[in-house]
Amino acid sequence: MYDTTYYRASSVSDATSKLAGTEDGMFLAGGQTLIPTMKQRLAAPSDLVDVSGIDALKNISVDGEVVTIGAACTHAQVAGSSEVAQAIPALASLAGGIGDPAVRARGTIGGSIANNDPAADYPAACLGLGATIVTDTREIPADEFFVGMFETALDEGEMVTAVKFPKPTKAGYAKFPNPASRYAMVGVMAAQTGNGVRVAVTGAGNDGVFRHNALEEALGANWSADATQGVATDADDMLSDIHGSAEYRAHLVSVMAGRAVDNS
Amino acid sequence: MTDQGIGARVLRKEDKRFITGKGKYTDDIVQPNQAYAAFVRSPHAHANVKSIDASAAEAMEGVEAVLNGHQLTGDGIGNIICGWGITSKDGSPMNMGAWSALATDKVRYVGDAVAVVIADSKAQAQAAAEAVMVEYEVLPATSNVLASMKEGAPQIHENAPGNLIFDWEIGNKDETDAALASAHHTTTMDITNNRLSPNPMEPRSAVATFDESEDHYTLYTTSQNPHVARLVLSAFYNVAPEHKLRVIAPDVGGGFGAKIYIYPEEIVCLWASMKTNRSVKWTSTRSEAFLTDAHGRDHVSTATMGFDADNNIVGFKVNTKANLGAYMSLFSSSVPTYLYATLLSGQYNIANVYCDVQTYYTNTVPVDAYRGAGRPEAAYLIERMIETAARELGVDPGELRRQNFVREFPHQTPVIMAYDSGDFAGNLDQAKAAADVAGFPARKEEAAKRGKLRGLGYSNYIEACGIAPSAAVGSLGAGVGLWESAEVRVNPVGTIEILTGSHSHGQGHETTFAQLVSERFDLPTDNIQIVHGDTDKVQFGMGTYGSRSGAVGMSAISKALDKVEAKVKKIAAHVLEASEDDIVIEGGEVKVKGTDKAMGWHEVGLSAYTAHNLPEGMEPGLKEGAFYDPTNFTFPAGCYICEVEVDPQTGVTEIVQFTASDDFGTIINPMIVEGQVHGGIAQGIGQAMMEHAVYDDDGQLLSGSYMDYCMPRADDVPNYTVSHHSTTCPGNPLGMKGCGEAGAIGSPPAVINAITDAIGNNNLSMPATPSRVWAALQQVSAAQAAE
Repeated sequence: MYDTTYYRASSVSDATSKLAGTEDGMFLAGGQTLIPTMKQRLAAPSDLVDVSGIDALKNISVDGEVVTIGAACTHAQVAGSSEVAQAIPALASLAGGIGDPAVRARGTIGGSIANNDPAADYPAACLGLGATIVTDTREIPADEFFVGMFETALDEGEMVTAVKFPKPTKAGYAKFPNPASRYAMVGVMAAQTGNGVRVAVTGAGNDGVFRHNALEEALGANWSADATQGVATDADDMLSDIHGSAEYRAHLVSVMAGRAVDNS
Repeated sequence: MTDQGIGARVLRKEDKRFITGKGKYTDDIVQPNQAYAAFVRSPHAHANVKSIDASAAEAMEGVEAVLNGHQLTGDGIGNIICGWGITSKDGSPMNMGAWSALATDKVRYVGDAVAVVIADSKAQAQAAAEAVMVEYEVLPATSNVLASMKEGAPQIHENAPGNLIFDWEIGNKDETDAALASAHHTTTMDITNNRLSPNPMEPRSAVATFDESEDHYTLYTTSQNPHVARLVLSAFYNVAPEHKLRVIAPDVGGGFGAKIYIYPEEIVCLWASMKTNRSVKWTSTRSEAFLTDAHGRDHVSTATMGFDADNNIVGFKVNTKANLGAYMSLFSSSVPTYLYATLLSGQYNIANVYCDVQTYYTNTVPVDAYRGAGRPEAAYLIERMIETAARELGVDPGELRRQNFVREFPHQTPVIMAYDSGDFAGNLDQAKAAADVAGFPARKEEAAKRGKLRGLGYSNYIEACGIAPSAAVGSLGAGVGLWESAEVRVNPVGTIEILTGSHSHGQGHETTFAQLVSERFDLPTDNIQIVHGDTDKVQFGMGTYGSRSGAVGMSAISKALDKVEAKVKKIAAHVLEASEDDIVIEGGEVKVKGTDKAMGWHEVGLSAYTAHNLPEGMEPGLKEGAFYDPTNFTFPAGCYICEVEVDPQTGVTEIVQFTASDDFGTIINPMIVEGQVHGGIAQGIGQAMMEHAVYDDDGQLLSGSYMDYCMPRADDVPNYTVSHHSTTCPGNPLGMKGCGEAGAIGSPPAVINAITDAIGNNNLSMPATPSRVWAALQQVSAAQAAE
């Protein structure tokens, strides 16, 4: 690890103003991606502004039809929250399936979506459930937030503070884990929402998380696992690596969509 | 009688320190005035080194020195060598390319070290290593044998035209060709044995200290064979003469073969310690381990097996192309030759066997022995061939094996080995009963109702352990003898120290070796200490690999115990005024049989050392040594049966049952043996379904971390049913065969045979990942659609 300067922020404004004063600083939340990357000397932020201790970011609340999760809530916290389990069980179950217990104890929802790893689970939750990402300066719909692999709509120095999930009528998540890393090789969130059926796919696409229009149409017409069978996914849009071909991922998308419906 | 002798499930003495975090590993060693080494490694698979500019690095804080390959060779440090010479078909010697511990003019794989930084701290060394400016002229690279053997392929070593290292053969070619030509049925398959990273839990490490005032070197290192390390470092690499070099391998956290060899880093640490007059420490990162620990397997073969009209095997012919990487590691040449093709007769009575092997350089890390070393490659080939043949012939795969089993011993195969014992049908019967093979059709039907494809596969492996008779391996090209030595020291108070040239890297020698002594002298294992891993304490040894520490290492101890026992009896007979023949040792006493005359075991020890009343002419003391050189290999064998369920939608395979029946000869500690089998099978399942070291065409390692290199986890493997059906090995005094590698040797073909049975497609390669199994299922669907 290269030398870095660590600062523990006490509030959102403290964090953003501190970061603004650094040469090449980064927010640090749970550190489950950033710290290993720094240890491999692949990232060298001049400063780390730790936001994981900001109390205001650690709340989960349900207000009518909206579940709001603070950006510094850990995966374990979301997975163990009875409010989340009652309002959006698919979200609690998704959080409980991220990484391993050590990762879930440290990793946060804000860190996960700000990083937008193409194989992370939370981007599928946000996009599939039609969430709104709240930052220190504005609110961004999930449809506009996830721009591409490791890319988001966040501006320089902008900080995620919460994610608002509208309660779906029904939702289910199914993940096919990469055998080695256990990240999603294909993860599908399928949901019946106030704005129709939404289907988001993570892990498989060569440009990060995406909505699957054909599956949305098929499930909009018939909400059943059977409806996903034979719904094609273009292999040209899929990742291909030593763990699975693009054709295999394309095939798994409809299989996992069916299992997501079964889980809903 | 103690209950800690042969056959007892004694808990491991060493586990108290291991499971409480008190083990002492090389990285735990801290020397006064210790500096740290960081290596500057090539990011290119193949490149000329144009220049190295260390000026910025040398100016950095804490940097003691930056050293390069020209300085190393200039100081007379010798090239790293392969210790087993192989002769090609045409009589020419193998083409061993020069391997300098620090590359001088050319790098040949990603990770090849070109310079080393010695600094006060690890962080300083690492930072300075990044500041060393190396100018490379990048050359085209090859990463597999098929690319290396192509005309016009990049030339990796000047003295190996076409990258060919040797072209070797074994067996009777003409007779095998004739047998196959007249065979009633032949089965031909192209079979790949996947490349693996060894992944011991403890990464490699070295701490070297040059003591200028004594003109003496000490090296702590992660080694399976510290004496061999000292011999090679001294005789070939000219680091220091043997009497001025002490090598200590303290606790070693796994090796799987990868810690047999002497790597560039140990050599450089010793040399750098002399250059800087400081202790120099290096511990591999996990990333460096993936790049630089010798890999295993990586064979591409074509094989044909022929049968007569009665389904007897009449001939077996194999061509194998093996990837040895960028340089020849210490025993690399022996793995795809004498450790492999000599087992190609399997458990079967085959009159005609022929194999030829071409080995090639590639721009990848060296490939050498990895748990099983050659025997897994042979077992995988034979056992997939016979299973596929049974399917083609429409006969039961277990029964096809049974009818071809070797049944009379000794049995001379056409490929050197003479099997000494075994009951292959007994292992098959035991495994079939335990696996309830008879109930399989009903289980398959029930699985189909759940939408799962259920399959069953056999593997009847045989391997060769107890390596090895020194004269025999010498005649085949080995540069060393493969005996073992031991010394038994009975102290004046009767406690015992066993000094052994074997060295545990997780096998539990401190327990099992003590059990051997406990059995012999009826003493508690707590009274017995095992001393190993230090060239200043143990006179010599050949180390631990090839499942040899029981059959060879313990046989040496047993021989030394014979001498101690004889002297004890002489002393007791003298003191108790009886005949030596009437002396028995039991219950902590040395007694005159049938009388109440006895002396305590400790009194014999005291008598030997006080020497007040010894037989006329007897030397004082009670310490004996022995060397044991085996007369033959040993032949562990067994039958494994794997049962799987495949999800046709995803290609995910679950192993629902795994049954093992092994013949290891005499078993000292069944608990430890079962542990070895469990671990070996897990490793074999890893190879069969998960693990794959992959380079891209440019020689970049794609599986360089656990994000991409898939290790088996606890939830990937089933509960095993492990049993034994043993025949005694006639070749050594304890009747032992060896158990350390069997699980890894026997399991891969059982797993793949089960999966191919489930999916109805024999065209499946390891690792059988969900993606590959699904693709194989698509081939079946496409073929059905075409019909």
